[in-house]
Amino acid sequence: MATVVEQDDAIATAALKSDRFRLEREADWIRLEQIVTQMEKGKSRKLDDEDVLALPTLYRTLLSSLSIARENSLDAGLIDYLEGLALRSYFLVYGTQTSFGRWLREFFGGGWSRAVQSIKLEIWISLFVMIAGTAIGYVLVAGDSDWFYALVPGNFTDVRVPGASQEALRGTLFDTEDQDGLGVFAAFLFSNNAQVSILAFALGFAFAIPSILLLIHNMALLGAMVWVFAQRGLTVDFVGWLSIHGTTELFAILLSGAAGIHVGRAIAFPGNRSHLAAASAAGKRAALVMAGVIIMLICAGLLEGFARQLINNTAARYAVGGTMLAFWLSYFFLFGRNQKRPLS
Amino acid sequence: MSGAESWTRHSSTPKLDRIMVSPEGVPLNVTVAPAGARAGALALDILIILGLIIGVSLFGFLLLWGFEAASGVEDVFADSGPLNFIAVLWIISVFLFRNAYFLYFELGDRAATWGKRAVGIRVAARDGGRLTAEAVIARNIVRDVELFLPLVFLTSGEAEGSMTDFTAWAGFLWVAMFLLFPLFNKDRLRGGDLIAGTWVINNVKRKLADVVAPSAPAQDDQSAKRVYEFSDDDLSVYGEYELQTLEKVLRTGTEESLITVTNSICSKIDWQPGMGDERAFLEAYYTALRARLEGGLRFGKRRKDKFSKDI
Repeated sequence: MATVVEQDDAIATAALKSDRFRLEREADWIRLEQIVTQMEKGKSRKLDDEDVLALPTLYRTLLSSLSIARENSLDAGLIDYLEGLALRSYFLVYGTQTSFGRWLREFFGGGWSRAVQSIKLEIWISLFVMIAGTAIGYVLVAGDSDWFYALVPGNFTDVRVPGASQEALRGTLFDTEDQDGLGVFAAFLFSNNAQVSILAFALGFAFAIPSILLLIHNMALLGAMVWVFAQRGLTVDFVGWLSIHGTTELFAILLSGAAGIHVGRAIAFPGNRSHLAAASAAGKRAALVMAGVIIMLICAGLLEGFARQLINNTAARYAVGGTMLAFWLSYFFLFGRNQKRPLS
Repeated sequence: MSGAESWTRHSSTPKLDRIMVSPEGVPLNVTVAPAGARAGALALDILIILGLIIGVSLFGFLLLWGFEAASGVEDVFADSGPLNFIAVLWIISVFLFRNAYFLYFELGDRAATWGKRAVGIRVAARDGGRLTAEAVIARNIVRDVELFLPLVFLTSGEAEGSMTDFTAWAGFLWVAMFLLFPLFNKDRLRGGDLIAGTWVINNVKRKLADVVAPSAPAQDDQSAKRVYEFSDDDLSVYGEYELQTLEKVLRTGTEESLITVTNSICSKIDWQPGMGDERAFLEAYYTALRARLEGGLRFGKRRKDKFSKDI
């Protein structure tokens, strides 16, 4: 009790009203500072429940103290301290409050679907661009097979070139390559595809035009390949070979392109809001889609690395590919429709 | 908001001072992190990521070596089983380091990577609201285009020798455009900040200092210990700026500076400075001046400095 008496003495004898104001409240401030320091060190688990519960109250008390001090006290050191502490506790009270687990649950339980639904227009644009790209690739190579070498990078052109025999092409579709390497192959494909789709999204920043060009280029490559196989009557087999992972992978690339176009469109045509506000709203929505794209690409990498090499007939490949497509479509457009967006 | 409000504070880089309004409606003074701090933090983070990748690679080799020693296989590189497993592990961990390192740390309580912590800056939402997971994801996905992709492009092209002058220059321009983007806007936003609605600001950490003049008696204290008495005229020569300068001297000043300040105040108010009692004199003067100025404050009258009109 001695300290309390001393404290009271100090308050009573303080010469200035503003000093009395400070002495009456500083115990709360110091308690808040201790809680904040603990939390900043990542030791929030070690705090008492009482302290955790007190944090919002202490924070609001501190803000009101700060407002009063700004108008009543000329103690610059005190105001600086309150400013700093207010900012630090503001960041904790309004920090990234969702734990990773809770965010993940919200994300899979409808947040992802809603984000995809909210960029529907861009998905149509992206789909159109991709189909156009494929058609361009096919038509170009059909007109002049030299285009093939311009469109397809060197490392793909082993045997899959214009004029290859049916046997050679069939081999690329059904030969089980060395199965030992499948895991590495899958991991490599995932990492590669993920970087490509991140690029497709991030380029949307430059008014979406690079995203669209990237989509066209990648799909033209596919169109050229389709032509090579179509020449030898292997279209159905080739599409089956592609669809087993392609429905997931192309869907993911479609979404990332759409996300890029969404951001680009918001920057170019912000509507009533400022450019910055529009860009950040669109960017946050698109980021959710992109987090999902990464997950889709992990699936695609696994399907491509394992399932494609292990499932060796066209009908089963169509079945797997079709199932995946149906799954994604129903997940995105049927699931999570009627749920309300949580207030954020 | 205008900078003329009485409560705006000025840091050492006034051009980067901003006001952020908290959800309670209280405006808070923040300072945008200068470009140098950002660059330093980024360099540190890249070094850490490189270190992690090297560490994982070494760990992979150790595992292989241990496998070789344990199983007695002559040449472990000829056997693809364990090698494949470690290759998968390596590819995935490099991908995670490259992309998840920033995410993980910026989603934490301090919203800062190790590099940012080291230079004392953090990420925050520009509108003063909550920093959301989506915003952190968005700002870091764009980093890939800004930084890693051009770096990979430049180094791989050079290693293969396949790069023409034109592509080299185009790549260089690309890197320069995004890397220097923060220098071309006043809030030091990089592309990712722009899309995510975030910015990077300085951390603040200040200790609560003691009461400035603890020994000074109250103005209405009639007891004998009151030595100095100041008339209204004596106190009307200074404003808030001088008061806070005096506060700084009382908090941190040396004996010599106390003497200097005492002399200049005494010459201003026509007193004869006594010797050896400077601190008591200054504390008494400080308290009296502050009481007078704060009294004016309560009636909404402020006096910025000695050149302003008396309250």
